[in-house]
Amino acid sequence: MARCAEPHPSAAPASGGAHGAPLLHSSAVRGRGNRRCLLIGLAAAVLALAAIALAGALAAPAAVATDFEAKSLAPFLAHPFGTDWMGRDMLARTLAGLSSSLFVGLIAAGVSALIALALASAAALGGPRADAAVSWVIDLVMGLPHIVLLILISYALGKGFWGVTVGVAVTHWPSLARVLRAEIMQARSHPSVALARSLGQGPVRIALTHMVPAVLPQLLVGLVLLFPHAILHEAAVTFLGFGLSPDTPAIGVILSEAMGYLSGGQWWLAVFPGAALAVAVALFERVGSMGRRLVDARTAQE
Amino acid sequence: MPAADLPARPAPRRTRPPRGGRALRGLVRFTTLMLAVSMVTFALVGLSPIDPVKMNVGQVSYANMSAEKRAQLRSYWDADAPVAERYARWASAAVRGDLGESLRFSRPVTDVIGERAAASLALMAAAWAISGVVGVSLGVLAGAHRGRWPDRLIKGYCFVISSTPTFWLGLVALIVFSVWLGWFPLGFSAPIGQSASAVSLGARLHHLVLPALTLSVAGVAGVALHTREKVIDVLESDFAWFAQSRGESPRQVLVRHGLRNIALPAISLQFAQVSEIFGGSILVEQVFSYPGLGQAAVTAGIGGDAPLLVGIALASAAIVFLGNAVANILYGLVDPRMRQGGAHGTLR
Repeated sequence: MARCAEPHPSAAPASGGAHGAPLLHSSAVRGRGNRRCLLIGLAAAVLALAAIALAGALAAPAAVATDFEAKSLAPFLAHPFGTDWMGRDMLARTLAGLSSSLFVGLIAAGVSALIALALASAAALGGPRADAAVSWVIDLVMGLPHIVLLILISYALGKGFWGVTVGVAVTHWPSLARVLRAEIMQARSHPSVALARSLGQGPVRIALTHMVPAVLPQLLVGLVLLFPHAILHEAAVTFLGFGLSPDTPAIGVILSEAMGYLSGGQWWLAVFPGAALAVAVALFERVGSMGRRLVDARTAQE
Repeated sequence: MPAADLPARPAPRRTRPPRGGRALRGLVRFTTLMLAVSMVTFALVGLSPIDPVKMNVGQVSYANMSAEKRAQLRSYWDADAPVAERYARWASAAVRGDLGESLRFSRPVTDVIGERAAASLALMAAAWAISGVVGVSLGVLAGAHRGRWPDRLIKGYCFVISSTPTFWLGLVALIVFSVWLGWFPLGFSAPIGQSASAVSLGARLHHLVLPALTLSVAGVAGVALHTREKVIDVLESDFAWFAQSRGESPRQVLVRHGLRNIALPAISLQFAQVSEIFGGSILVEQVFSYPGLGQAAVTAGIGGDAPLLVGIALASAAIVFLGNAVANILYGLVDPRMRQGGAHGTLR
């Protein structure tokens, strides 16, 4: 996937055009196009999501099963990720932890995207006062370091699953809200909208035929890009002790427990679960940024 | 202001507000932000179903405690007063610079924050400087070699780092450098068993290296990618083509015409990133048991120490505000168009 849609190294961008004499309309891309890459990436991401969820559900009993005859084992064939001090299989714990992280991330990204859409619409269509109010709220949310805000919200809700999920869900919208607000304003002031209005089309029809097609791609890409951030923040807050409860297998719990065993040399307790999280995050980040390139008119043809 | 309608009004005042007005507006924004942050923090802490007394004495001793002792502790933790009343009391004292008494540390909040902030700022400043220098260098390297292997390598690094949890990086750094290689201590800002005043500067720095490096690794990605874009912009600009056609080598073009265009935006981006560096420092401090603001925030949050939590939230908001203000001023210096519109946020 790394080769997808890389601009040809020697091909100058269309504006430069100084290297040799390339065909005017030839694509600067070697290999498959961005669109197909995005589709492949999206399919892979959805498949990975489903696979992790399924594996997490299957691994859930094994993730909490203790076996004191096989405790603190370094990775080998039967336990590829090793076992912890209670003989629990770290691979099963990692899979179960990933699936709970993805679940929290999915809820949080969805809710955040909805909040972003609602506030962006209010700011762009509700007049200058609504605009000022929304931008003040954005300033307030962004004025606190994200982790501090997550700690506060999680504490207010008594920590645990709901504390971290609500916290992550209601704090990830500001950047997307700004993008959507600009997008809605641009769509509204587009000549085609004025033309449609003067032709006598109603607001509902204008919204459906002009606004939604302009905003929807940004919203979807924004949603996919929120997802990795949400997962990382969930793991971080759980790691600090404000998230999922210590008896659930979650990546944050696994890593904070592993802290106590590092000086004993049990590196596998921390290394593999964190790496698995990083790979999951990277996958969605990649799909999101491919989507963003496709939505952006300037880079869509690369 | 009836004069605003007169046609003879001088144009420059319209396009560029006077300096004093901007400072005043900044002050107003800062005050309202602080007010809102303190209210939100108090409300959130007040909402919490977690009982601070139970949280701090532990379940067992709470169960074995006499009723009077419980009542005494409840009044010490101020657990029975309504949130609004507590906030009013706190706010009237805060205006005079008294942020209350930290319940966990049994000391004034301002003292705790002052001491912790010094440690945190040392950590953040070190990480901030390292990530700035390394980020700009990597960005220039990548941009100058666009599409070739250094670029691919650096882009790949940034991509990997941006999806890696900071606290996990810290754990891996601990495993490799402290446990396996034994180069650095396992944590804390000073050797165990020494009083804080007796610690030498060398020992302090020795304890600072690993946390600062971990924190800076995460900050590099943003600056490097941003600088890379800028370098590519500059190298494709007309003046770069012109300079090259006059016979300057690519290196000369970059040094003479590129660096100045690149350095200032990168520096202001660094200031705008203060929020993320602060967030990262909380995690890194927790991993390395480094006694800074972040660790105090976690302690305060877990123990229900509302005054300290509010104080730290305010301090962090002030730091972020300051960073953004500096970034805005620098943006204005770099790009006159930004003075009017203000920064336009993009996703990520």
